[in-house]
Amino acid sequence: MHLVLANYFPVLVFLAIALGIGGAMVGGSMLVARQMPYAEKVSAYECGFEAFGDARRRFDVRFYLVAILFIIFDLEVAFLFPWAISLGRIGLFGFFSMLAFLGVLTVGFIYEWCKGALEWE
Amino acid sequence: MHDFFFNTLVGHVLLVMGETLAVLVPVLMLMAYSTYFERKALGAFQLRRGPNRVGPFGLTQPFADAVKLLFKETIIPAGANRLLFLMAPAITFVLACMAWAVIPTFDGGAVADINVGILYLFAISSLGVYGIVVAGWASNSKYAFLGALRSAAQMISYEVSIGFVLVCVILCAGSLNLNDIVRAQKNLWYCVPLFPMFVVFLVSMLAETNRAPFDLPEGESEIVAGFFVEYSSMAFGLFFLGEYTNMLLMSALASILFLGGWQAPFGLSFIPGVVWLLLKICMFMFFYFWVRATFPRYRYDQLMRLGWKVFLPLSLGWVVVTAGFLEVFHMLPGESM
Repeated sequence: MHLVLANYFPVLVFLAIALGIGGAMVGGSMLVARQMPYAEKVSAYECGFEAFGDARRRFDVRFYLVAILFIIFDLEVAFLFPWAISLGRIGLFGFFSMLAFLGVLTVGFIYEWCKGALEWE
Repeated sequence: MHDFFFNTLVGHVLLVMGETLAVLVPVLMLMAYSTYFERKALGAFQLRRGPNRVGPFGLTQPFADAVKLLFKETIIPAGANRLLFLMAPAITFVLACMAWAVIPTFDGGAVADINVGILYLFAISSLGVYGIVVAGWASNSKYAFLGALRSAAQMISYEVSIGFVLVCVILCAGSLNLNDIVRAQKNLWYCVPLFPMFVVFLVSMLAETNRAPFDLPEGESEIVAGFFVEYSSMAFGLFFLGEYTNMLLMSALASILFLGGWQAPFGLSFIPGVVWLLLKICMFMFFYFWVRATFPRYRYDQLMRLGWKVFLPLSLGWVVVTAGFLEVFHMLPGESM
């Protein structure tokens, strides 16, 4: 237990040092540069127009769809990782089990393709 | 001295911090000079000189840029969520740096030589989307919001194919440890047997880092700069650092997965592995700049079609082909004959 976690200790050190560098850069810039905000400067950029409305509004549902498809396929990849490592030990049975699983997913993929879920005009 | 660094807690912490700096400082220097190299390369492609005023051959240009950014005002838009607005560039930068913890620079030489190296990199690069989405949302600007949405959709689309490419590689190597993957390429680099996946990875890594010809998230002719349109000064600088560090990381990953990482080609092993890794990384960085100078930008529907309708079926099919081939010819690593 102790040794396994010790392997990951450098990751924490990387996190701390990177946070330090990043914080020092932004903080240092805020200290040395003159800050002179005024209403026009801090308004949202809209190509020279006065900003109208709020940016947090409705957006195209297809972005949402892409995110859902991503979750499905990323989960599939997550299942494939341990399978790929142990394929030599689980033999043909393991191979065909995963093939069946991939087959089911492929049917779903063909369905969404035919339904036009992957179309962007 | 040896006892101090390896047997006491304080010594161990100092040792790891030293190792971390020994990786991060060269990476950040490499990042600074890759901006210079990019401008020089683009200049050469367009028969210009590129930066040549600051220092001999313009060599101190990256530092001049950094100092200039440092002395600029950090503008925080009135409608923005201040905390998230400042957190977003930090997330991008910190994640880009953290990934370097597992990159092996010579045989056995990763700061954190963990067993699930590839999984760790995959997780970190998935988290990279957060920096961009948070930036776009916190800015409360329409361009930033649109750019963030586009960027997120693009990155997750190509992440799927990258995932399948990684599965192909670990099928051949039989390990998630990056050092083991490099060692498994002692006789044959994976860019030869897995050539189609190598191509898929090369193109996906352009899309994953939002680089030309897939730089739609920042398409300056339509949404001005995308998710970082409201950023200025060092907050912008951190995004810039993060983007280039990510490019270096993807180059390193491509070298490790397909070009044998620190393995020397043609038996030239008297040159140390870290030099070979650096050379391979530089080669991929040049590939980035070459592509940027050569190809026009994709349209968004073309980009999504390429990701979902070409790369996804191709890489998924190739996983099955690779697994089937290794199974039939009993070439799986760790297989009991």
